Amino acid sequence: MTTTFAPATPRDRDVLAGVRTHLGPRDTIAQTMTMAWRATKKMRRNPEQFFDVTIQPILFTAMFAYIFGGAISGDVSSYLPLLIPGILGQTVLTTCMATGVQLREDMDKGVFDRFKALPIARVAPLAGPMVADLLRYLIATTLTFGTGIAMGYRPGGGVLGVLAAGVFMVVCGWSLAWIFTFVGTVARSAQSVQGVSLIILFPLTFLSNAFVSPSTMPGWLRSFVNVNPVSHIVSAVRSLANDGTVTADVGWALLGCGIVIAVFGPLSVRAYTRKM
Amino acid sequence: MTTTSSAPELAVRTAGLVKTFKDLRAVDEIDLEVRRGEIFGVLGPNGAGKTTMLRMLATLLPIDGGTAEVFGVDVRRQPHVVRQLVGVTGQYASVDENLTGRENLWLFARLQGVPRSRARTTAVDLLERFGLENAADKPISQFSGGMRRRLDLAASLITRPPLIFLDEPTTGLDPRTRGQMWDTIRDLVADGCTVLLTTQYLDEADQLADRIAVIDHGRTVAEGTPEELKASVGTSTLQLRLADRDQLAAAAEVVRRVLGDEPTLTPEAGGLSVPLTDADVAADVLIGLRQSGVGVASLSLQKPTLDEVFLAITGHGTEEPSATDTDPAAEPAHDPAHDPATSTDRTLETSR
Repeated sequence: MTTTFAPATPRDRDVLAGVRTHLGPRDTIAQTMTMAWRATKKMRRNPEQFFDVTIQPILFTAMFAYIFGGAISGDVSSYLPLLIPGILGQTVLTTCMATGVQLREDMDKGVFDRFKALPIARVAPLAGPMVADLLRYLIATTLTFGTGIAMGYRPGGGVLGVLAAGVFMVVCGWSLAWIFTFVGTVARSAQSVQGVSLIILFPLTFLSNAFVSPSTMPGWLRSFVNVNPVSHIVSAVRSLANDGTVTADVGWALLGCGIVIAVFGPLSVRAYTRKM
Repeated sequence: MTTTSSAPELAVRTAGLVKTFKDLRAVDEIDLEVRRGEIFGVLGPNGAGKTTMLRMLATLLPIDGGTAEVFGVDVRRQPHVVRQLVGVTGQYASVDENLTGRENLWLFARLQGVPRSRARTTAVDLLERFGLENAADKPISQFSGGMRRRLDLAASLITRPPLIFLDEPTTGLDPRTRGQMWDTIRDLVADGCTVLLTTQYLDEADQLADRIAVIDHGRTVAEGTPEELKASVGTSTLQLRLADRDQLAAAAEVVRRVLGDEPTLTPEAGGLSVPLTDADVAADVLIGLRQSGVGVASLSLQKPTLDEVFLAITGHGTEEPSATDTDPAAEPAHDPAHDPATSTDRTLETSR
């Protein structure tokens, strides 16, 4: 809805003509996409920003498979169906963390003053880079599956299963990134975003079923692992990629992602608007 | 939609505007009236609250007390409307370092809903108008300070807002670039814009502003035209250095007799200075000195500096106050991009 501004007095009319009191959803989307364009330009000119989504999936997949494969599953190739979805979850979460760190760095720059002074949706400067980050999740997901397949991973779900798992993972990554965007808007510096994010990230990824089956864990830990949203995401990816089936975990994970956006989206915008 | 506009000819009106950082009142009940079509200068030293005030009016900082209106629109209640009426050019160029000049202008045009093709032509027009066409496709990191300021100002003009805020537009620029910036600002007003600018240079306010408010410690200490302001401190200062410093008392007596004013003495240098309302009376002082047999080693006639304006108005100069009572007033402490430490070494005197 766009409302034309009603001028207070006749003499104000020339200045206030055409001024609008509200932004419509179309404006918000257009502004978000423009901010996404800015973020992709920035990525292209700072290619080192791609290190985490290019090197990490290859390195970690190979490392974890060769180190833990024999101990956990008897041999490397039988560990891969368990590991690849797990490491995919870890990689995408790490990518999410970078979203928060980079937002914080960006917000410290002078250009954010202009973004704040412009008549644009407050969510656009936050959501724009996140739209551009879809590209990063896509690269991370592709490289993780690629490395796994090169090492002998043969997903039972076939091409469709793997594609579905990839799309699912990108959606989850984008949703969870709102947590780190919120951390980015409230933290004092990029370093503190990194620190806080690691504290969130490590328990979530390692206290899950990402790398080992929870059946070997003590009972108290298992109960945490079973409610950990990362476990649901990893289980959902496993069922999609390995079996080509859509289990309840997919639903739970998507529900969780929806809740994360509903909570952290408004919180982030509020924190950003206040931090002026 | 109700707006409380009692004076529609005003571009900006504030009443009792307040900003508090912890226990410091950075802006302490400022009343401001900027008329349409004028250049209004806010003059004051670092830490006076100029930037803080401007940031509140630009919706960049929450207003803690009082009211502020832009063209009769309440800044606190309708920030989105105010943002459409105001172009802001900050003290530190707020353009994107990762983009080229052209891309920057395109970005800001698109964000404000300018259609693609028009965004492109607007960018080209503005680059040309600000003499940046040769640098259009260079990254900002290769821009000089003056080029960044010009691009920043260009970015503020994309939608031709009726009101422009300029926060210290020439601080840190070389004299030639400074003159160019002044011309650009005059052109804006010729186009029908209203300009609210902050400066720490009296000569800049003098050159540009139709009216000036002098701000100190978050309060307005004087307001008027540049002429009125200068008249309050004399149009110039006569500075003398005596050949024999023992004659200082005799020289002071001559000045008192001729001008009826008390000179400021610097005995260790054998010097004295006194404000003159009319530069012409300097000759009377010199004749008086000759008749009294006082020898002069050097003399100079200087325009009043901001320091002297301040001294005359507030009873204290623009000396850097202790860090605790100035820094947060200058800029919000949490904003590293606006660290006042970067500007403290700047001279507070007017350049001549």
